Amino acid sequence: MAIQPKKHEMPVQPALVRARNFEEVALGYSEKVAVAEAQRCLNCKNKPCVEGCPVNVAIPDFISKVKTGDFEGAYQIISESSSLPAVCGRVCPQETQCESKCTVGIKFEPVGIGRLERFVADWHNAHFKGKLALPTPNGHKVAVVGSGPSGLTCAGDLAKKGYKVTVFEALHVAGGVLVYGIPEFRLPKEIVEKEVETLKKYGVDIETNVVIGKTLTVDELFEDGYEAVFIGSGAGLPRFMGIKGESLKGIYSANEFLTRANLMKAYRADAQTPILRAKNVAVVGGGNVAMDAARTALRLGAESVRIIYRRSMEELPARKEEVEHAEEEGVKFDILRNPVEIIGYNNPNDRRDRKNGCVTGIKVIKCELGEPDEKGRRKPVEVAGSEYVIDVDCVIMAIGTSPNPLIKNTTEGLEVNRHGGIIVEEDTGKTSKDGVYAGGDAVTGAATVILAMGAGKTAAKAIDTYLSKN
Amino acid sequence: MYKIVKKRVLNPTVTMMDIYAPLVAKKAEAGQFIILRVNNDGERIPLTVAGYDRVAGTVKIIFQIVGGTTMLLNAKEEGDYIQDFVGPLGCATKTDGIKKVCIVGGGVGCAIALPVAQKFHELGCEVHSIIGFRNKDLLILEDEFKACSTKLTVMTDDGSYGRQGVVTAPLKEAIESGENYDEVITIGPLIMMKFVVAATKPYGVPTTVSMNPIMIDGTGMCGGCRLTVGGKTKFACVDGPDFNGFEVDFDEAMARSDAYAEFEQKAREKNCNLFKGAK
Repeated sequence: MAIQPKKHEMPVQPALVRARNFEEVALGYSEKVAVAEAQRCLNCKNKPCVEGCPVNVAIPDFISKVKTGDFEGAYQIISESSSLPAVCGRVCPQETQCESKCTVGIKFEPVGIGRLERFVADWHNAHFKGKLALPTPNGHKVAVVGSGPSGLTCAGDLAKKGYKVTVFEALHVAGGVLVYGIPEFRLPKEIVEKEVETLKKYGVDIETNVVIGKTLTVDELFEDGYEAVFIGSGAGLPRFMGIKGESLKGIYSANEFLTRANLMKAYRADAQTPILRAKNVAVVGGGNVAMDAARTALRLGAESVRIIYRRSMEELPARKEEVEHAEEEGVKFDILRNPVEIIGYNNPNDRRDRKNGCVTGIKVIKCELGEPDEKGRRKPVEVAGSEYVIDVDCVIMAIGTSPNPLIKNTTEGLEVNRHGGIIVEEDTGKTSKDGVYAGGDAVTGAATVILAMGAGKTAAKAIDTYLSKN
Repeated sequence: MYKIVKKRVLNPTVTMMDIYAPLVAKKAEAGQFIILRVNNDGERIPLTVAGYDRVAGTVKIIFQIVGGTTMLLNAKEEGDYIQDFVGPLGCATKTDGIKKVCIVGGGVGCAIALPVAQKFHELGCEVHSIIGFRNKDLLILEDEFKACSTKLTVMTDDGSYGRQGVVTAPLKEAIESGENYDEVITIGPLIMMKFVVAATKPYGVPTTVSMNPIMIDGTGMCGGCRLTVGGKTKFACVDGPDFNGFEVDFDEAMARSDAYAEFEQKAREKNCNLFKGAK
């Protein structure tokens, strides 16, 4: 049977409709389409896709189950490797991971592995009525700091091995970046909740409102009887550019803007948390977070939203799909531009004028691409005298984060690198402190959900080895 | 959920509550803050720790009814619960090497200044306190300040109680009369702290200010609480809330603090109407 050259299309909300609502953009495969897409898989012998997956999901095996319509069987296979399949199926950059290695992809479009994973996880969440096979408790206690992707993965893997795991979360709800960062329209919060509920069924305790490094220290966790600690506290303080006018009213870090919108639901009409409903928004940066911020701004009612990025479209670090979605929805891309100043309103005759200190524009300078830097990306070079001002009433800085200092400052013997990231052994996630493991953005700086999950998984394995010896 | 163990109305716009939160009570120090949410879907608001009882496991908060959330909180009674309560956050007020200190509090800021004054008193320091209010009706915590201060000056804007005038007047007099303070610590409205700093700067008396900017997570993630201190971006939640007053850009902080003034006003009116309807 000839292979259909293209992936089955993912049904989506029409661009101009979805650009004004917070409902999920992609609607998911039907059973029929999922089976048809699964049939594109050759079930090849060397399974390159599995190596492309940071948590090594047995991809061809689960796809074989989908082919036969055994969706629950497919779910069981995925969940052996992944604690958060419904999340991964939505937010993983499959095009640079599993799908980039797909044998079908050599001649045609690769198999839609991510779409199939999402389908299987959603099918399970909607249909599964049975009981989970619960492990026998092994009597060991492990603490996990942070309930983002790395923490939840580590907790899930350990709980399935019989460990008593407590996850400590600083915010009032579990999920970390999955709830405060990634928007509802890309990852509905209900899905994160379901994944967390599943972990609870495996016996994982989640303690919200506990800030490790403040409410309790890592050392106190050991005093309380935890035998190992995994730190997955995530990325930290947002970076700013250090240009003039950056503290004017109407300037957000992407973290603040997204936290207001996602975690605090400021997009709802009855929200108790305010958010600026800006008309003309500039988002500085070109990563996935920048795309999320831009698309959220549109949905909050902005008339124009532009991404300001100093390199060209080719260098945008965001996923291609996110960039395409943003473009379809009407986000403009001011590429090869770098902000040099943010301009604010100032009424010298009336100091009480409410508009004083509000953003009115962003001054940018044109750039050209020069020589490649050490990472091989061409460096932007500013064109002298090319500055001009774009009228905006809101600027969102999405240019990365620096690690959070709270745990480092209160944990003796925990070594960090010069950027403040926790130093770990790559194969185990082991830190310089006995019994303490770490992974995710707290180690690497801002990265992806799946890499954090991979790190949580690695650490869970190492913690199991470490505690099995004792 | 966190139980309200005690509630006391200090004046028509200021309420005190003891919240049962043993983990927070165990660690809290003067100068730190907590973040709470009154109900599900509620806003996260930061409040500075006004006291703690490590044995009883309670943390004292004192708040002014300024917006929708503080109005909802004030509607809760003893025995009721609030949704979330997390802390202690931020750094404790530094006390090292200080033998003689002047605490300058303004309005509801006095609630936060009190545990700082008490801390210095416990450490055996000489504590002078200057507390200011708009008028006699708004006066709070006078007895408590008296108990921990060697010298207490109460100021009111309208002269209805204590001395008439602003807090900087007795502060300047004290410095000029030769009181050698190792440190002046001021907590209150931004404009007051700005003037306190302007008063102490010519004399070079080290001055610490306690900042209370808009915040969401309070743990060093969102960056909403950023301030310019000494020309650099600082985050009140992890670097503060105490800062060297001589270095804080107050004008910027004041502009940023009213970013949501309109929203606050609407929320207040909405909740006001809700309560009217309920009563």
